Formats: sequence, C-alpha cells, structure tokens
Amino acid sequence: MEANIAVNSEQTNAWSGGGEKPFAAKYGKMMMWFFIVSDALTFSGFLVAYGLIRFKFIDSWPLADQVFNHFPFMHGDHPMLFVALMTFILIFSSVTMVLAVDAGHKMKKAQVTWYMLLTIVGGLIFLGSQAWEWKNFIGGAYGAVKTKEGKVLQFVKDGHQIALSDFVVGNSGDRVAHTKKNGLWFEEDASLPTYSLEQVKNSYEHNTSILIRTEQIDPATKEKRILTRDEGTRFLLTANKVVEGANLHENEYGKTLFADFFFFITGFHGFHVFSGILINIIIFFNVILGTYERRGHYDMVEKVGLYWHFVDLVWVFVFTFFYLV
Amino acid sequence: MAHAQESHTKRIWLVFGFLCIITLVEVALGLAKPEALYFTKFLGTNLLNWIFIILTLVKAYYIVWAFMHLEGEKKWFRRVIVWTVVVYISYLVTLLLIEGSYLNENLKSLVNWNY
Repeated sequence: MEANIAVNSEQTNAWSGGGEKPFAAKYGKMMMWFFIVSDALTFSGFLVAYGLIRFKFIDSWPLADQVFNHFPFMHGDHPMLFVALMTFILIFSSVTMVLAVDAGHKMKKAQVTWYMLLTIVGGLIFLGSQAWEWKNFIGGAYGAVKTKEGKVLQFVKDGHQIALSDFVVGNSGDRVAHTKKNGLWFEEDASLPTYSLEQVKNSYEHNTSILIRTEQIDPATKEKRILTRDEGTRFLLTANKVVEGANLHENEYGKTLFADFFFFITGFHGFHVFSGILINIIIFFNVILGTYERRGHYDMVEKVGLYWHFVDLVWVFVFTFFYLV
Repeated sequence: MAHAQESHTKRIWLVFGFLCIITLVEVALGLAKPEALYFTKFLGTNLLNWIFIILTLVKAYYIVWAFMHLEGEKKWFRRVIVWTVVVYISYLVTLLLIEGSYLNENLKSLVNWNY
C-alpha cells in the first residue's frame, strides 16, 4: 500500500500541511460527524414529510395503538409493548458500544472485543424484531373492506375490532383471479382475498352484532367513528374490494400513505441498522486481529460507535412519531 | 484530548438507566393517555404529544452528549453540528406542518363521511 499513496496513512495524520487540527478533532471522526449531520437532515426530511401528510389527514389517520398491537407468544391486544422492547434493545446495544469505545481508550483489547460482540448481537436482535413487526404489519390481523373512494371500513363487535374470519360465513362463490392473461394486460391481482366481497356483505347483513368502523376520528373521544347498522349498510354499498394486510397500494389499517411511510422510514432505518451491523462486524474482526493494538489507538471503534449511536438516535424519533404521538 | 484516558463507565450506566426510565414513562403515558393532557390542545397538538416530544428531545440530548461524547468536543465543533441541525429542522418542521394544516382545512370539506 505504501508504494501507491503519497502519504503513509499509518504514520502521519490525514490532516497535513500544518500542525494544528481543526477543532482539535481527528479527520476521520470529524468526517463521520459531518456525514451524521447530513444523514440526520435526510431522516428529518422523511419524518417531516410524514408530519405533513399526517396533518393533512389529521381527522382520519390510523391510530398506532390499533395497528401495532402484537407481542410474541401473547394473544390479544398489546399496543406499544413490543416497540418499547425494541427501544430498550437498541439503547442497550448503544450502551455496549459506548463501553467498547471507553475500553478502547484504555487499550483493553479483550473488553473491546466482548462489548463489540454484544453490540452486534443487540443489533441483530433489533433487526429480527423489526422483521417480525413488518411480518405482522404486512400480513394484517383483521382484514377490512375498501370503498370506491378508497376509504377503509373495519368491523367491530362490542367495541373491539374483529377479524373477517370471526364473522364471515358462507361460500365465497366462483371467483377468478385477475391475471394479465384474462383481464387488463397491464394489471393483475396479487392473489384472491380469503373472502369475497359479497360474502362479507351478506355476513354483515345477517349478523346484527357486527358494526362498521370508519377511518374518521371523532374529535370528542379521539376514537374512530363507529357507524350504526343502517349507516353501515349504506357505506357497504360503496365497497368494492376486500383488503387483507398491507402493501404499497393498499392496507387494511386506513390511509395508503400510512403504510408507505411506515415501510419507507422504518425500512430506511432498518437498512441503517443492517449496514451498522456489517461495519461493526468488520471492526470486530479487526479488533480480534489486533489491528488497532498495533496502530496504537482504537479510533475506528469510536467512529463506528458514532454511527451506531446515530442509528439509536434516529430510532428514538421514529418511536415517538410513529408509535406515541 | 484530555479526557481520553479517563473512564466513563459509571456515567454511561447512569445515562442508560435514565434513558430507560424516560422510555418507561413514555410507554406508561402512552398507555394511560390521561384525559387532562390528551384532550387539552396547545400549539397545534395536545399536551400529551408535547410531553412526548420534549422527552424525546431530552433522550436525544443524552445520546448525543453522553454516548456520542459531543460534550468532550470543542465548543465550535459542537455548534457547527448542533446549530446546523436544529436551525434547519425547526425551519422545515414549521413550514411543512403549517402547510399540512392548511391542506387539511381546505380539503376536509371535500371528503364525504356520510352516505
């Protein structure tokens, strides 16, 4: 390597041409900070765009508590618990990271190794949790009906949302999936929903204990408006398809943009976590191989630590604006 | 830097405990949704949301200051980072949220909720 570069980076500073370092900070660390600033602005752009759309649809935006309510090995309605657990996992892996940096300052190789390993494990657990969250979001738990105007109608019984499978009866009838071969050549259905629209409508008519919940939020209770039976029948007349789960085109929770922002922002954050884990693994092996011991300092651990804390920082904001507010 | 050789282990764990407590408070408030806070509107949103936002900023402060160790950097290096982000984000948030409310006010009469 020495033969190819003008300055031997192992022995001299990246800042050259003078003894003074700007802000007394090392080159790599300063550049990592500048990258973090630009990345922070990118994330704030996404989150503020989410805020714009949310304020635009403030009276009909999905309620996070009704969307993210799963917890592993537990049935029923558990809003917020899982995402709080994810937050703790990420904060904890941030702590092990900062302990690794601290041990690096003291040149304790064994400690740095173990703390880096814990950080990587924490990151992997977080990523797995996020995958599980996505799986639940994409799969959906209840199913809903969508009207021609794009409104999503959900079904409730005794004040609680119920799944289509809990009340829909009868035969789905003869249905043919719309593929490129048998319909419009540029469109196709991903797959047929479990129940046909007629089936859902008939089941609603015959089961008087079922009510319909609209997307509209009642300002007095801050809950979604539940229709009377007759109103529900009139709303159902405009229904044109059954929606199960979520994708970029439609979702059973309400506004399409809600799922789009969820996929985009948590996906972008998840990708940061993923790349953070990869970088952590590279640094981890360098620590084991003794690269930084020979170099005489653990600055690389500090730099990757900055990135890792930034990922945690972003999650704090995602947690607030997607799940709490 | 002078601080390079000191150990911060105790402070790190204290900050960790503090961040966990804030998160627990947030979750508890989010589950309880106290009526007095949840239904009192203040500057565009309710008081409960303001508490969440302030607690989030407190958490962000501790992550950046203690974990990312910005407190140990030179004053103007800190300002280059913090002022840039704070000024730009405040500007963006103000403009876009006002715009969002405007869109809502103008479009909501066009949405039919009764059939």
